[in-house]
Amino acid sequence: MARSAAKSAPAKSSQHKRPVERRKRVLLAKIGLDGHDRGIKVVARALRDGGIEVIYLGLHHTPAEIVASAIQEDADAVGLSIHSAAHMTLFEEVLKLLKKERATDIAVFGGGIIPDEDIRNLKKQGIREIFTPGAPLDQIVQFVKGLKRK
Amino acid sequence: MKKKRTERKSKFTNLSNIEIDRLYTERATRSIDPKSDLGQPGQFPYTRGVYPTMYRGQLWTMRQFSGFASASETNQRYHYLLKQGQTGLSVAFDLPTLMGYDSDHPKSLGEVGKCGVAIDTVHDMERLFDGIPLDRVSTSMTINAPAIVLFAMYLAVAEKQRVPFAQLRGTLQNDILKEYIAQKEWITSPEPALKLINDTVRFCVEEAPLFHPISISGYHIREAGSTAVQELAFTLYDGLTYVASAIKSGLKVDDFAPRLSFFFNAHNDFFEEIAKYRAARRLWAREIKKRFHPRDPKSMMLRFHTQTAGCTLTAQQPYNNIVRVALQALAGILGGTQSLHTNSMDETYALPTQEAVTIALRTQQIIAQESGVTDTVDPLAGSYYIESLTNRMEKEAQRYFKKLDAMGGMLRAIEKGFPQREIHRAAVAYQQEIDRKERLIVGMNAFVEEKERPIEILKVTGDVERRQVARLKKVKAERDPKKLRQALQRLTSAAEAGAYLMPLILDAVRAEATVGEISDVFRNVFGEYRETVSF
Repeated sequence: MARSAAKSAPAKSSQHKRPVERRKRVLLAKIGLDGHDRGIKVVARALRDGGIEVIYLGLHHTPAEIVASAIQEDADAVGLSIHSAAHMTLFEEVLKLLKKERATDIAVFGGGIIPDEDIRNLKKQGIREIFTPGAPLDQIVQFVKGLKRK
Repeated sequence: MKKKRTERKSKFTNLSNIEIDRLYTERATRSIDPKSDLGQPGQFPYTRGVYPTMYRGQLWTMRQFSGFASASETNQRYHYLLKQGQTGLSVAFDLPTLMGYDSDHPKSLGEVGKCGVAIDTVHDMERLFDGIPLDRVSTSMTINAPAIVLFAMYLAVAEKQRVPFAQLRGTLQNDILKEYIAQKEWITSPEPALKLINDTVRFCVEEAPLFHPISISGYHIREAGSTAVQELAFTLYDGLTYVASAIKSGLKVDDFAPRLSFFFNAHNDFFEEIAKYRAARRLWAREIKKRFHPRDPKSMMLRFHTQTAGCTLTAQQPYNNIVRVALQALAGILGGTQSLHTNSMDETYALPTQEAVTIALRTQQIIAQESGVTDTVDPLAGSYYIESLTNRMEKEAQRYFKKLDAMGGMLRAIEKGFPQREIHRAAVAYQQEIDRKERLIVGMNAFVEEKERPIEILKVTGDVERRQVARLKKVKAERDPKKLRQALQRLTSAAEAGAYLMPLILDAVRAEATVGEISDVFRNVFGEYRETVSF
């Protein structure tokens, strides 16, 4: 599954001896103002242990900061964590800015305290997946590994 | 051949990873001296409780944390809760308010009124307490970095209601150390933040003696993933740091220590939690005595609020949460809490509906009125297991104290990321145990149901933000700009000079300065805090 991602990603020099496909690169960030970073840090650790390159931006980021970093870091995907109920406004803003920057090939997923009805709406708008409390770590790792750039 | 007794697991451990024996006997409590280690309720070291009569004299305060949307909507919920028999108010502020941003700040986009009530100016605070005489309720305010500002607004509302400051009862959370450690809502770096806390402590000592200026909080440390031992150790050590800081600012320990209070989590492991509360009282009494030599016994008494653990609730089969909350609440009560918040079953989805909050409140009332556990003081004392676990929790916490002392105190430890790292490690380990099914959570990794019926969820609409921003614009347009400018300038100069700021913040609030404008003074004079993260 990692191979398909390598095709669409720009070739990068590898530090390994034999040529291997480019590792998945994920940018994680806390969007909005809430400080609940337990989940995202545990997920960051699990993704890294799962062989994915993780850039964790930290707390209190605006959509504009996150989109700029995702492009600069050449991330395959952006994972957003939010527990403040501002997800509809802020996730929408991220998608809008990615479109404006012609970077819609970067997949966006999220997690936090998000009601089912909102999850359905966010997915309709283009968020690939939302993980809520209780999601097994392995499920998140497998999801990210299986992500394809559009 | 010897018959081997089989057990369900090869090893039984609690949530602090302390191994639990099959059986506890008199051997486990032999080292305990009932007089010096337990004492009578209301006597040093307060292991058995801070009051001689405990719940026979007075039940705990049933205090549901609540706040959402605008001040008027939250005010309606307060009137409802008071009518239902709730005995104290507890204000949840929205995230922009917690971070010291106004509702029209770009960082506030989408957040206004979502996690709590939006307060920009003294007018919002006045609407929040409309029809609630401030000399008749006790009000707890969960506010930290800008606590001094929101407290000043509360005082200004009291002035308008003609209630003397000396009659105000309530609690400010005002615990910035746990923000850097766990909850992560800050404005400035720790040193100036401690200075603002000292100023509120001084104000309470001099003018509002019934107000608790700091609620030293383990709740958020636990929610961030710590073990019970870490919650106990870091919280009490934060408390010792505030006491030392206030003494250094010129106050005497007996002037303010009796007004400090604590706030703990009530998690899943029933006996571990009870032991944690009992150990907390004993450890605090001993450490305060040893380190600060108070004369007033009240300076050594640890009083605390409890909230059931939000992080233990599951989105799956949400009705099960009612049962979890009942058990956690019972642990808090058997541990001798002075006030209690019970979470609602729908809080993994959103802020609770009125129906869900009512069930949570009724849970407390059922324990209080029907279960009989309130009829005698500290009913579990003398249990081999409880007493030996109380000892163990105290010892483990002391080991952290030694480490923190050696690091040069909590500020240095936070700079080094020590408590943050310890908590993160525990959070990762806990999640891995659940993922490996070494720890079973009903409905989540055991007894899973394929199809679940959705429950009703509270919705806070985007219109709140628009209306709040409009109200703020109106205040800004109508206030006296000269009076405002002067108040903010005087505050800036005083902050630069390191002077006592409470009276100047009160003046700024009276001049209709916003939470954001006063917080900007802090940002400009003291600088903003930035965290270095690791995972």
